[in-house]
Amino acid sequence: MIVRGHERVLVQGITGRQGSFWTERMLAYGTRVVGGVNPKRAGETCCGVPVFASATAAAAELAFDVSVLFIPPLACKAAALDAIEADCRKLVVLTEHIPLQDTAYLLAAAREAGCRVIGPNTAGVVTPGECFVGFMPAFNARVFQPGTIGVISRSGSLGTLVCLELVRAGLGVSAFVGIGGDPILGTSMRDALVELDRDPRTAAVALVGEIGGTTEEEAAGYARTMRKPVAAFVAGAASPPGRRMGHAGAIVTDGRGSHAAKKAALEAAGVVVAPTPAALGGMLTALMH
Amino acid sequence: MNFEEHVGKFLLAAAGIEVPDGEVATSAETAAGIAARLGPCVVKAQVAAGGRGKAGGIRTADGAEAARAAANALLGASIGGHPVERVLVERRVATARELYAAILMDAESEGPLILVSARGGMEVEEIAGRHPDALIRFPLDVRKGIEAPEIAVRLADGSIWGLQHQMSDVLARLYQVFVRNDAELLEVNPLALTVDSRLVALDCKLVLDDAAIPRRPELAALGTPEPKAPLEAQAAGHGLKFIELDGNVGVLANGAGLTMTTMDAIRHYGGAPANFLEIGGEAYRLAKPALEIVLANPRTRSLVVNFCGAFARTDVMTEGVVEAWQQLRPGVPVFFSIHGTGEDEAIALVRERLGIEPFDLMDDAVKAAVEAAT
Repeated sequence: MIVRGHERVLVQGITGRQGSFWTERMLAYGTRVVGGVNPKRAGETCCGVPVFASATAAAAELAFDVSVLFIPPLACKAAALDAIEADCRKLVVLTEHIPLQDTAYLLAAAREAGCRVIGPNTAGVVTPGECFVGFMPAFNARVFQPGTIGVISRSGSLGTLVCLELVRAGLGVSAFVGIGGDPILGTSMRDALVELDRDPRTAAVALVGEIGGTTEEEAAGYARTMRKPVAAFVAGAASPPGRRMGHAGAIVTDGRGSHAAKKAALEAAGVVVAPTPAALGGMLTALMH
Repeated sequence: MNFEEHVGKFLLAAAGIEVPDGEVATSAETAAGIAARLGPCVVKAQVAAGGRGKAGGIRTADGAEAARAAANALLGASIGGHPVERVLVERRVATARELYAAILMDAESEGPLILVSARGGMEVEEIAGRHPDALIRFPLDVRKGIEAPEIAVRLADGSIWGLQHQMSDVLARLYQVFVRNDAELLEVNPLALTVDSRLVALDCKLVLDDAAIPRRPELAALGTPEPKAPLEAQAAGHGLKFIELDGNVGVLANGAGLTMTTMDAIRHYGGAPANFLEIGGEAYRLAKPALEIVLANPRTRSLVVNFCGAFARTDVMTEGVVEAWQQLRPGVPVFFSIHGTGEDEAIALVRERLGIEPFDLMDDAVKAAVEAAT
């Protein structure tokens, strides 16, 4: 789910307000945006790239490696299936408030086709100095500098703060992976950790989690096996617990999900857990020496 | 979105799952009339809250007078913060065993997950913890759905006392209800095995996926809103999620992750947050009403404004804050930290229009706010 500068990007929903705003920024930063999709604007040009009726129509004319969805929630399932049909290998789903059954549907279709989904409800992915896909402030030099720390974050705003703190600590980022804030995700924290563990540019990893769900606990199981150092911040120590999802919710989470449970699972796996994001940079520097 | 039991049971009955004969009453008089028709019955407070049985919200009644008394006691009472406005009066079912069946959207299997247990009832999660074998769980592919015979095969090895065919039929119907109504959770606990060997849904908990409300307007109209404090209700009117807390340091940040982190930092530096308020996603344009709500909380003694813009443009958010600040002229001190998309314009706005110098570090803004509040 890392995206590097050579990869070609299709923007579904390119002509919308957010789609064109962020496409211009992606292009200015160096992202290889090669085309866009809007069924009503096929044949036109937007942000200097051709617009197609669908991802499948785009695939007939040009090659792309990644597609990113700037699409309203209830239209995302169809847009994602279009991208999967077009043999897209990586699909970045930024949209928040996609119905869970639609997410489950598009993830099942993607898994079968070998397409990696990042999101939904992600702010995107960044390779500082090369490219970004989504709506991260990659172009802000105080927030993003090239370096050797892989950052995995559920939240875009908190991920931004963590990257800023890394720059202040004299560090930079090899890859930022926003996995997204939805309960059901195409890329888990564990999936992203496996990829950063294998990534030759990454020397250490910062995990940025939050209360709820079990993705941090699952990632801890993999972190235990890693040689690269891992530090984490988990937001929500001072937050009231979220809503309870019947007896069934209690059965499947089985005591996981709280700040205490996540901190305990991560520490048991040898991951240092920072009390505030500002402490992460110093901890990672110490771990790498 | 949550629903009262009778709404869920209506959907179950329409899908061919047996529920007890019963009716909803809004007065003790009506409840007595229903009980006169049904005979021995159960009077159940209709609130979309857990722990209803333990809170005394479910009463048995042997006739019209007892049902009248039970309804009188329940109507107007409050359970789990919900006022009881209706009771469901149902014919009592002669139960041999209490089973459990549920379907929920599961993060780990990335789709619907069926849970079945031969040991249902109020303590089902503890029983599942102590006796993992008593719980059968299997994930489904939401693209394909599932039919009863296939479920029967998957239940064949499970310890459900030879009920796999009856149970499979109930589960296939439950799954239809789950999918057709965009449920996040559909739970029947207990699912009664009657003395004459029928399966009857004695309760039903339905949770509609909030993201699906726009395409399920008829169902959503029957839902129960969460009980809210006045400021929480005011925030909800703007589409903002606001939670009042016990502390005195107000928080305005963008995105749930950064908001929680700001609260954590307040706690870390010895203070206590006065609120949670999320203005993530498109809501970043609502900084002005958001600030009004934070300042309306009488406990707020100081305020941290912490923006880290990715999608959310900090210049747009800050403009809303500055506008509201100049209109409201609040007496509390405010401490800013602003970074990310649009930060130069945002910082210039705070300097020029409020004469305040934002902090570079969130931690410093938080420390100053904690100090000002004590």
